[in-house]
Amino acid sequence: MSGSGRIALRVAVLGYLGFLLVAPVSLVFYRTFRHGFGPVWTALSNPDAVHALCLTVEIALIAVPLNTLFGVCCAFAVVRYRLPGFGVVNTLVDLPLALSPVVVGLALFVLYGRGNAVGDWLTGHGVHVLFAMPGMLLATIFVSLPFVVREVVPVLREIGDEQEEAAATLGSSGLQTFRRVTLPSIRWAVTYGVVLTTARALGEIGAVSVVSGAIQGRTETLTLFVQRSYENFDPIGAYAGATVLASLAIFTLALMTVLQRQRSCR
Amino acid sequence: MIEVSNLTKRFGDFVALDGVSAMAETGSLTALLGPSGSGKSTLLRVIAGLETPDAGRVLIGGKDVTGRPPQERGIGFVFQHYAAFKHMTVADNVAFGLQIRHRPRAEIRARVEELLALVQLEGLAGRYPAQLSGGQRQRMGLARALAVEPEVLLLDEPFGALDARVRKDLRAWLRHLHDETHTTTIIVTHDQEEAMEVADEVVLMARGHVEQVGSPRELYESPANEFVLTFVGPVSRVAGSWVRPHDVAILLSPDGSDEEAMVERVVHLGFEVRVELTDTTGERLTVQLTRDEADELELASGDIVWLRSRSVVDPDLEPV
Repeated sequence: MSGSGRIALRVAVLGYLGFLLVAPVSLVFYRTFRHGFGPVWTALSNPDAVHALCLTVEIALIAVPLNTLFGVCCAFAVVRYRLPGFGVVNTLVDLPLALSPVVVGLALFVLYGRGNAVGDWLTGHGVHVLFAMPGMLLATIFVSLPFVVREVVPVLREIGDEQEEAAATLGSSGLQTFRRVTLPSIRWAVTYGVVLTTARALGEIGAVSVVSGAIQGRTETLTLFVQRSYENFDPIGAYAGATVLASLAIFTLALMTVLQRQRSCR
Repeated sequence: MIEVSNLTKRFGDFVALDGVSAMAETGSLTALLGPSGSGKSTLLRVIAGLETPDAGRVLIGGKDVTGRPPQERGIGFVFQHYAAFKHMTVADNVAFGLQIRHRPRAEIRARVEELLALVQLEGLAGRYPAQLSGGQRQRMGLARALAVEPEVLLLDEPFGALDARVRKDLRAWLRHLHDETHTTTIIVTHDQEEAMEVADEVVLMARGHVEQVGSPRELYESPANEFVLTFVGPVSRVAGSWVRPHDVAILLSPDGSDEEAMVERVVHLGFEVRVELTDTTGERLTVQLTRDEADELELASGDIVWLRSRSVVDPDLEPV
């Protein structure tokens, strides 16, 4: 490519990113801290904000390990065991990426809501899914499900099963082989998947909004808190919440970059 | 001793093994030789327990191990593409089997040191597989397999991914190693020269069948059929009989000859000279001479010469 062409391409890419990504996010940070840290601190120490943050973290802490465990098992089943029907599973795993979160929320609403056999049975046994933690957890797990699988599957395919076969001939049991041979090989893929899953779980709003009912101080996650603050003409609250979310996202991205660099150094 | 009987293995429609029976004596080095798709690798993997046969039995040291997993067969396996544990050092790769068996740390260290000396990788214990050459990686693979003192050592095209020079060195080295350790060994190869050079006994396979079992010399000199004849070494047809190219004499006069032919090309390969000819029926054939013989004849392309076969391989082979 010619020199001027290269410069033009660079300007176009940077301009696009700057205008669409960097500018809006920077603006949020600017608006948040325009009047200093005082108002931000006040907004964030409001019990509703604290509760929203805790709830968000709590959901992520349950959803991420579950999806990690499922993701690794699922990737193994798809790549190594080639069980009948697992071609479909491989496609199904991508469904949360293709489906709008609102549809996910609605589907959960229909399944666990009043008038449905499952929902009525659970309510009869004192389990409340909708407008409560279980529903929000289900929604978050659903939307953040594909990431670990998607990261681990190609790596498992690439390393092949020769190392595992070698371990077996050396007397290593299935579990020992997984721990000593397979896991170290897919470690970075799993970490990468966990980071993406976490980011998705923290940022989820669509599906959670439908099933949680967004009850202030009870089923309000940080994303919902930002939305409500904004709608209730509380810009400082909205900006502060958004800044916390953005900071979490930037932190995850930074973590990912560091991990990536470590991986390429090896 | 390793014994397999009536092994059958299908992959979908493809029959990899079709009722194969064979055996390898204790302490011997046996080659499974054959073209690709002959089932030789599948046979090795079935012996190792890495594939489950559809029918038939596998016995190692007199014990029926057919249903047993690879972990319980007392084997060492060497893979064509090394199957090195990439995240472990050379020493840790070799120590793997011993660590799995929870041997004392001092014993492991001593054993690894001894094995690395055996495979001539002493100074490389702390390296990672990615920092080794192909030949070094495969020697590490061998040390790793030998570490657990297997009853049998199984090698699947161990030198297949290496270049010709390293291949030849490692081949001689493997034979030497076997003479020292006397571990019952089976090596899979598609290279007849390799099989002939290292093995006491060769099992020649094609299309899931055993074509012939015998010493390299038996296979070369009394092949059971035309497939074996052509696979174990080059042959030429002189006056209707199969002859090895080095068993044909080139004469400059028709006296006592079997056939007339015309020289197409003379190829000098160092000590050996290969003469390519066409006989009167238009069939192409090759004769192998020493340099001295060739110098004496002063052959050039276009010359008319006469051929005499000193010995034919087998006048009544069964056709394949």
